[in-house]
Amino acid sequence: MIRALFLIIMLGLPGLANAVEPDEMLADPNLEARAREISRELRCVVCQNQDIDSSNAGVARDLRLLVRERLTAGDSDTEVIDFVRARYGDFVLFKPPFKPQTYALWIAPFALPAAAFVIGGILLWRARRRASVEALSDEEEALVAEVLARHGRRDEK
Amino acid sequence: MKRLFAVVPLAVAVVLGGFFLWGLNPERDPSEIPSVLISQPAPEFDLPSVPGVDVPGLGRADLTDTPGPVVINVFASWCVPCKAEHAVLTRFVERYGLRLFGINYKDEPKDAATWLSDLGNPYARIGSDRSGRAGIEWGISGVPETFIVGRDGTVLYRYVGPIVGEEAVAKFTTALTQAGALDRELGS
Repeated sequence: MIRALFLIIMLGLPGLANAVEPDEMLADPNLEARAREISRELRCVVCQNQDIDSSNAGVARDLRLLVRERLTAGDSDTEVIDFVRARYGDFVLFKPPFKPQTYALWIAPFALPAAAFVIGGILLWRARRRASVEALSDEEEALVAEVLARHGRRDEK
Repeated sequence: MKRLFAVVPLAVAVVLGGFFLWGLNPERDPSEIPSVLISQPAPEFDLPSVPGVDVPGLGRADLTDTPGPVVINVFASWCVPCKAEHAVLTRFVERYGLRLFGINYKDEPKDAATWLSDLGNPYARIGSDRSGRAGIEWGISGVPETFIVGRDGTVLYRYVGPIVGEEAVAKFTTALTQAGALDRELGS
């Protein structure tokens, strides 16, 4: 029982490790929840594989505060994200927008397998068709049988 | 048609090889963040002067209708590479008449004043950005960062990191020359 409790506590501890400091949080739980949601979408520009919600970098903290400030001022989620995006570019978004520069990024994962299937399908279909074309007609079968029979007889000698 | 298919593996190899070559290029910094500010008007900001430093503050209004392109350097006394960069920037100002403005980023005014009186002050204007908000407007990710802003207030160039060492100085000099920010020709 004590062991189980210990395990639960130990496994739960990392969850408490949080970059968002108490003084940053908004009093309104609704706004705070939205701020957390937005923070998870935004990349920290210093430690680039972390979102600003979990980053301890100074700039990340500034951006968290900024997100909360904009929310308190009445911005919608999209407006807040656009505000940050205007200053740091699409790079800060973990989910890149769908636009001409990113068509390859978004479409390639679907287009490439599709192309592979189409090409593979065509090749298989062709191979199969060739196989059926190459099958002998009744007339040819008879001819072959005759030739074989004739040679077979000679081989017996 | 069949002959065309025979070239496909070669074409794939060439395209992939090209990507690999691009990826292996040691000049390329994969963590570099493309700046959205280039060719855009400089952001709105208005910073007070640093108390104890005898140059005025810096705002967006100071960047338009300047006699020539200006350089904006984001620095702080707590930033170690800034100290090395300070010498380079000072040389640019003294020898080539560079117009240099500073943004003192997240710094204690007292520390900044001491730092500048120890090392000398090459900045014509310094804005004190204690909250780091102006830094966000400029889209900086750390200090130092340096921008070249054209006469009409358009951001022409951004350099991330200290302008220290032959390569960095050469790169920055080229950018300055292209922007026409140097009064006197280099080497004179």
